[in-house]
Formats: sequence, C-alpha cells, structure tokens
Amino acid sequence: MLYFAVRRLVSALLVMFAISVLVFLIFFATPGVDPAARIAGRNADQVTLAQVRHSFGLDRPLPVRYLLMMRHLLVDRDLESFVNRGSRVIPQIVQAVPVTLSLVVGAAVLWMAVGILMGTAAAALRGTAADPVIMLVGVIGVSLPAYWLGEVVNLITQKQLHDTVFSWVPPPGYVGLGRDPAQWALHMLFPWLTLSLLYAGIYARLLRGEVVTAMNEDYVRTARAKGLSERRILIRHALRCSLIPIVSLFGLDFGALVGGAALLTEVVFGLPGVGKLTYDALQNLDLPVIMGTVLYAAFFVVLANALVDVLYARLDPRARHA
Amino acid sequence: MTAHNTVADAEATRPLGDVLLRATDVSKHYALRSDEFTRRRKVLRAVDGVSLEVRRGETLGVVGESGCGKSTLGRCLVRLTDVTGGRVEFDGQDITALSGRRLRRVRPGMQFVFQDPHASLNPRRRAGDIVAEPLLIHGCGDAAAVRRRVAELFDVVGLAAAHLDRYPHEFSGGQRQRIGIARALATDPKLIVADEPVSALDVSIQAQVLNLFADLQDEFALTYVFIAHDLGVVRHVSDRIAVMYLGEIVELADTEGLYENPAHPYTQALMSAVPEIDDGSDGSGRPSRERIVLTGEVPNPAAKPTGCPFHTRCPYARDRCAEERPHLTATVPGRSVACHYPLTG
Amino acid sequence: MPDQPLPLQEPSDQPDQPLLDVRDLRVSFRTRTGPATAVDGLSLSVAPGEILGVVGESGSGKSVSMLAVLRLLTSPNVTVTGQVLFRGRDLLALTDKEMRAVRGREIAMVFQDPMTALTPVYTVGWQIAEQIRAHEPVSRKEAHARAVTLLSDVGIPDAASRVKAYPHEFSGGMRQRAVIAMALACRPALLIADEPTTALDVTIQAQILDLMRDLNARGSAVVLITHDMGVVSEIAHRVLVMYGGRVAEQGPRRAVFHSPRHPYTWGLLDSVPRVGGPRLRRLPTIAGTPVSPDSLPDGCAFAPRCRLRHEGCEERPELAASPDDAAHHDACRLPAGDRAALRLGARAPADETATAGEPDPSGEADQSGETDPSGETDPVDEADREMAP
Repeated sequence: MLYFAVRRLVSALLVMFAISVLVFLIFFATPGVDPAARIAGRNADQVTLAQVRHSFGLDRPLPVRYLLMMRHLLVDRDLESFVNRGSRVIPQIVQAVPVTLSLVVGAAVLWMAVGILMGTAAAALRGTAADPVIMLVGVIGVSLPAYWLGEVVNLITQKQLHDTVFSWVPPPGYVGLGRDPAQWALHMLFPWLTLSLLYAGIYARLLRGEVVTAMNEDYVRTARAKGLSERRILIRHALRCSLIPIVSLFGLDFGALVGGAALLTEVVFGLPGVGKLTYDALQNLDLPVIMGTVLYAAFFVVLANALVDVLYARLDPRARHA
Repeated sequence: MTAHNTVADAEATRPLGDVLLRATDVSKHYALRSDEFTRRRKVLRAVDGVSLEVRRGETLGVVGESGCGKSTLGRCLVRLTDVTGGRVEFDGQDITALSGRRLRRVRPGMQFVFQDPHASLNPRRRAGDIVAEPLLIHGCGDAAAVRRRVAELFDVVGLAAAHLDRYPHEFSGGQRQRIGIARALATDPKLIVADEPVSALDVSIQAQVLNLFADLQDEFALTYVFIAHDLGVVRHVSDRIAVMYLGEIVELADTEGLYENPAHPYTQALMSAVPEIDDGSDGSGRPSRERIVLTGEVPNPAAKPTGCPFHTRCPYARDRCAEERPHLTATVPGRSVACHYPLTG
Repeated sequence: MPDQPLPLQEPSDQPDQPLLDVRDLRVSFRTRTGPATAVDGLSLSVAPGEILGVVGESGSGKSVSMLAVLRLLTSPNVTVTGQVLFRGRDLLALTDKEMRAVRGREIAMVFQDPMTALTPVYTVGWQIAEQIRAHEPVSRKEAHARAVTLLSDVGIPDAASRVKAYPHEFSGGMRQRAVIAMALACRPALLIADEPTTALDVTIQAQILDLMRDLNARGSAVVLITHDMGVVSEIAHRVLVMYGGRVAEQGPRRAVFHSPRHPYTWGLLDSVPRVGGPRLRRLPTIAGTPVSPDSLPDGCAFAPRCRLRHEGCEERPELAASPDDAAHHDACRLPAGDRAALRLGARAPADETATAGEPDPSGEADQSGETDPSGETDPVDEADREMAP
C-alpha cells in the first residue's frame, strides 16, 4: 500500500513538472507576449522596460526564470500576477476553490443520482415504451451545450419570468456556504442543474448499456436459478457490477471539473471559481495565474486518478491483486 | 483415396522418414506483471526445457490439461512466438536464429491450424481471399494461378467452389475449420501444427474433420503435430504422443504402448479419468479400468513445485520426488519417461 | 451435510411417481428470419433419485428444454407451451412468485461455464448465503455457517477461509464445486446440470462426476445435460438422446448403450474416438451437419443425415417401445425388429470412392448457410471399422 501511494505521488509530481514546463515554454514561445511590457504598462520607455525585466528576473535565461517562478509559487508562495500588480496567485486560487467545489460536488451528486436512476430504469424497462423515452431525455440532456443552456436559464429566471415565477431566484453570483447555507444552495441551484444535465444524460446512457449487458451475463442466470427476485437481481447483481466502469469514468470527470473544466458554467453564472479564474487569466495572458491554476488542475486530475484506482479496487475484487 | 482399414495398415504404407522437426531444450517463459503492492516479479514457465523430435510423415500428439503449455509449445515449434531458450530445427535449419527474409523463406514449409475457427478467420474477408492470402504473401504466381490454386484447395478440403465468395460467418464450425485447414495447406507445407483443431466442434463434425486430417496426410505426405486435450482424439490421430504437465514432457511414447501401459503416474491418472463408453463390446474396456482420481488441482505454473512438477498430486511420490527434478529418459525403445519411479518399462 | 442427514425426498414423492414429468414441451423463438423451433414436443420424466443423462449435439434443444423447465428463458421472443409437472404441479402455470420459490429450493440448476456463473464482486460465501436466505428465514450468521459446511461437503479444502474468497480467486474446478455447493444449499429434490464438466479438465471432470454421484447417493435426482457419451455412460441411470428438439431414443443406460436402436445414436456412438479398442485410420461419421432449429423437417428430423432413410421417414415418427424392453423407446420408422442387424447392414455398403471432397448426397437445402452441399461429409466408409490391428 505504501509502495502504491509513493508511486502515485512520484507520478503526480512528474506529471505536474512536465505540465508546468510545457505551460512555461508555450507562454514564452508565443510571439507578441512580453510580460515586461505588460507589467510596465502602456507607453513605458526602454529604460523602464529594462528595469522591469531586471526586477522580475525576465532578463535571465529561461531555466532560471522557470525556477524563480516555481520558487515564488511553491516555496515563497508570493508569486504575483503580471497583470494586476500586487495580487498574489495563491490566495486567488484558494478563494476560487470553494466555489468550484460547491458547484462540482453538488452537480456530481445530482447527476450520479439521476443518471443511475434513469439508466437502471431504462434497462429494467427494456422492451417497453419507457426505455426509449428515458433515453431520449438523456440524449436531449447530452446535446444541450452548458453555456447555451446556462444563458437560456439566466434569460428565463433573471429576465423573462423573473417578476412572476422565478422571483425567488437570486442574481448570479456566489454566497459562501459558511455565510448563509440557504442562500448558498439557492445561488447554486441553477448552476447545479445546468452542469448535471449533460453528465446525467451521458451516465444514464452508459449505465443502461452496462446493465443491459449484465442482465445477459451467466451470473444473472445463476441468480435467477437461485430463485432471487428480479429486483434483487437487477440491483444487487447487475447494477452492482455495472457501476464499476461508471465509477472510473466518474473519477476522471470529477477530477477534470474540479480542476477547472466547469469553466463555462462558472462564466455563465458569474461564479468566481477556478474555471473563471483560468478563463480571465488566459484572456490577459497572465502567466503566473495560468501557471498556478494549471498546476492545481493537474494535481486534481492525478489525485482523482489515484482515488479512482482505490475505489475501483473496493468495487471490483478482481482489481485488487492484479 | 483408398481407405486404410486400420492404423497399422496406414503406417505400413506411409513412409516414416528422417527427423523433420527437432526441438532441443525449448523454453518459453513469460514475465508476469509485478505485483503493485509487493513488487515481486514472477516468471511463468509456460514451456520448460522440452526436447522432442518429429519424424517426416508421422503425427506427434501433444496432450495435457489446460495450462500445461501445449499450445505455447506448438507456437514455439513453428516460431509463432520466440523461444526464451533452446533451439528448434526444422528440416535441418535452426529456425530460432532466423529472422527477416530468411525466416519468411522457411515459413511456407510449416503451417498452423488454430483452435477457434471463429476467431482465426478475418470476418471481413471472403473465404477465398483468406485462403489466397498466404499464397500472395509468399508470392506464389500471378492472380490467375492463385485463383486456380485456391479453387483446388477448396476441393481438397471438401468445400464447394460456391463457397469461395462467402464470409466466415456464413459457414458452420466444421466448414470454418476446413477453411483454416485450406489456408494452412496453401503454401504446400511439410509440417502442420494443429492446436485443438476439433475441440470446438460437435461429435459428428469432429469425426469428419479428423478424417480430413487423415486423408490429407495420406495424400500430401504431411507431418503433423496435433495438440489436444481429448485423449480419445489424440489416440486416434497420433503415432506417438507427448504428455505434458506444467510445461514439461512427462512421458513420450508410441500411442499403443502409452495407452496400454502408461509409465508415468500422471499419464496413468489422465487415462483412468477419461469417461469411457461402455457399449458392451469387448474392446471398449481398457486393460486396467481402475480409476485414479487425482486429488487437488494443477499447481499454478507461476509457482511450479520444486523437483518433479507432479509430486504434489502423485499418489506414488516419495521424498526424492520433491527434491530432484527427473529428466526425460528413454526406458524401452519408443518410450521416454520423466519419473524417478516409472510404473512400467 | 454431516449435522443433519438430507431429507431430500419429501413425503409426497412416491418412488413410482415421477418427480418431474414434462409433457409435449414446445419452445419456439421468433427470429429475424422467421420462427425457429428449438424444442418440438418433448416429453420426459425423471423419477425421484435417478440420474437422467440428456445427450445431443448443439442445437438439439437439450439445454433450452431444461431452461424452459425452470422458466429461465426470459426473452420476450420465446414461446413455451406444454406441461411441466413437478410433484404434480404444472410449473408453467405458476405465478412468478411461486416459481421463484421452486427455483433454487426444489429444483437447482448448474451451468456449463463456472468461470462466469458467479457474480464477480461478491465472495463465494456471500453468494451461497444469499441463496439460503432467499428461501429460508435464517440469520446471516447461520447462513454463513451453512455455506462453510456446504463448501467443505463439496470437497473444498479449508472451507472456513475459502468461503471469504472471491470467485476469481478459485480455479475452474473449485468454482464448479462452489456453484454445485450453492445449488445444493437448500437441498433440492432435483438438480439440473447443464454440461457441468465440459469446461473442465479431464482429471477435474472425474472429481466433479464423483461429486454428482455422491449427491445422487444422498437422494437427489439429477438431470445431466451433456454432449459427451462417455460421461453419460459413466454416470446416468437412464439416457435420453435428443435430436432437432425431439427425443430420438430413450431408455435405461445399458439398453441404450448396448443395443442402441436409433441410427442417430449409432452415429454418435461410432464417431467418438475411444481411448480403448481398435484404432481406425478413419472414423465412421454422420453425414451433413446437425439440423438447425429454423429448418426442422416435417418428418423425421434426422432423415436428411440418415443412411437408412426411406419414403416413410417423411412422416414424423412417434416414440415407440422396443419389442425387447418396454422401457426402451425410440422414434424411428425402421422396422422395430432386429435393429442390431440393421446397424451392421448400414455399415456394410462401404463406398471406397468416398473422399472428403465428394458432394454430399444428402444435400440439405442450403438456405441457412449452416448446411452445405459438399462439406462435412464422409458418407459411407463404416466398413473400415472393427478390424483390429
């Protein structure tokens, strides 16, 4: 187990190192991007530029610059944004993480619950009219882009019907869970629904396929021959085995979303999460912030992978000693 | 063909010649993925020091239970897989050392028939193209010549010309195996290694395919290595038989002798375990019909016992068997046994 | 089960009354190419405590008929008709709930492939306990204890710790033992075993057959489905040979093996290479391929492959008792008299010109893609046989 954890940690560090180097190189290889010009402000003269370059270490060779940045980011933890002078990167990320976690965890609970329910129901009702109807709902969910759906939801709840049906919907934004749980939930409700709709559709479809396959397996026939009830066979045997691939997929999706992939939803609903932070930093080509968020995202994806492996072994005894 | 009534007649007319295939101390080891938690690396000795000779025109049967390494051995013999150690000589040439063009020149002479006629035929290609493929690879003549040859092969294995343009799924299991055999015959091989070619077939179809093997041998003077788990089938087709256990040959003997007087305790137990049809005829009962039910199961090949691989299940095992590995040694003419205390001979 | 002897036969079982009585069972499938008849009017009975061997090739309907008995054919495209009387009750008329109480408790079934028969994510003990708790109001602990006993009864060493193992930690033979242990959990009066040894090695097969014999000695009736004539010959009391979804021949084992009456049985017995007796260069064969359920002929299903067919075979033969043995039935239009002579006679007209490439005179219609006008045939060379070297 220790060996497993150490190996995972080393691979996480390697991945993060590789990604940071990549981001760094891409940034400096991009033409027309001179951080010094940005820092010095518009119309700065050559002397000022040179001074800025020197004080930020931008006149040193690339490897040194890389190490300096990493030291500021990871050791001194005082790396500053190139664009907004004085605003540090780490506190920005620390502030954004709870927002993203709120969004993704809530949506994940929703989409797993709805997805499993829909998928299992569709598989159980195979051969009846309900199956294609459920699947059609799933397809619609999958095919609505989150940003479009978010905009439509905003349009309806904030403008069209805001004075009548949706007067209870607060304006877009984020309220901390610690500050007011009710307001937190209220603010997150539509973002949750929007984000989970897509994933619920995907998971329902996948799970249905898995359960249908499982119901044709030999072990289900054995379970029938044992005299078990159809419900028990469906849930304890077929669904239980079908969850294994779903869970591994879930881990990957969850990791990516926490890492910032929920960006579109965050932007549409004005949630100051990691995705939004990355989005803004990208627009300003703010290298320190980009570097910070990318490393954070990479860390989460690798962590999610490790968690999936552990969870996988819990769910599937065959994976434990392989 | 004129039917040979019995095997004895056939053997009288089929010339048994020099050694066509010689395997010397052939091993095939697989490194298992190391355990993620303990980091121990295991080695699976699928084939472990096997030596044998196949004479021109004979059928050597290889029999054993699942996991005994018989299929892997078959693949080593025609270099479908590279050996870990030892050498295989085909027609006087060490094929384990060949590579590239020189290996390709030897390949037509030795062909392989697979167990599963379902999986070994490309489902997207027509039967005729499947059989033509080895001809095209080895550059045997122009398109017209290839077509003629394929039609001829179809005739030889008992398929109709109308079958040329059909896809594998349109054939029954027995017919698919015939396509596999036709493909193997295409390059005019001297040696065919067949790995469980009838085990997926129904009894009545199995008999038809076995007869086809017999007819082809008579017609084209083929040499077979016939791998199977069914002791009845192996006895039927083989002149000599190698019994394998955990990657080693434990006994190698003439078919008649092996079945009448097994010398290795494992062979004896294997023979006695076969359910025999009692149809009232005198010949159906074997000399000693005393059942020896082996206790336990075949050990994991990745954790092979020391000494004699069979000693953990052997009813006659003594102390020496756990310590010292017996080597395959000739006891009487036509029989070799790897046992410290053989039962006969 | 050492603590309590097996009360396998309930008081209602009279030895002269069949335990299982299947009457005119028909199973048909709706397929894309039209209806297919897998079981075509099958009648059979199993007496309490007997082992019935059901033999046949693939497509003979032997597995499907037993799945139909337990109502395990769940596809909506299947129609099952007829009567399946178990202890006098028609299983086909029971409600789903009543049927579930029969499955696993009164009739248990073991399937061919032990590798896939157990749910991979639960321990073997859990799955056995699940079976017990589905039918009996016992505590989890008690069910677990019984699982340990059952596992050790079927010969799994160190059962107390193996009960916590997952299926993938067992070898094939051990898994089949575990599956059998599970089937026996509620002491069923009838065990249906569908090719229980086909996926196993021959030495393991011998162990499993011993286990089934053991189980039968304790009073369970067994229906053993297999394609292996040797297995049937070793273990069955009575034998039923199926072809094309119908009974070709049935009777006491000795009668069927020593004086088989149906040409299909002859073919099955002759075409198996034996481990004893004379060795032949070529084997006697049955021409053609097994009949496919979607093209069953109106008459005798075996007629297209039969060497002794005549005009009468176009009419479907009924099961009739042998003149020598009232318990020995066959469905064949040959004269009931001296079948042994007919069997020898069928081998006589050996055709020396027969080769593997010769067109098949029986020439089944080539509709299904299964049948073949030229392959799979070595029509008549049975005369090759029976000459010891």
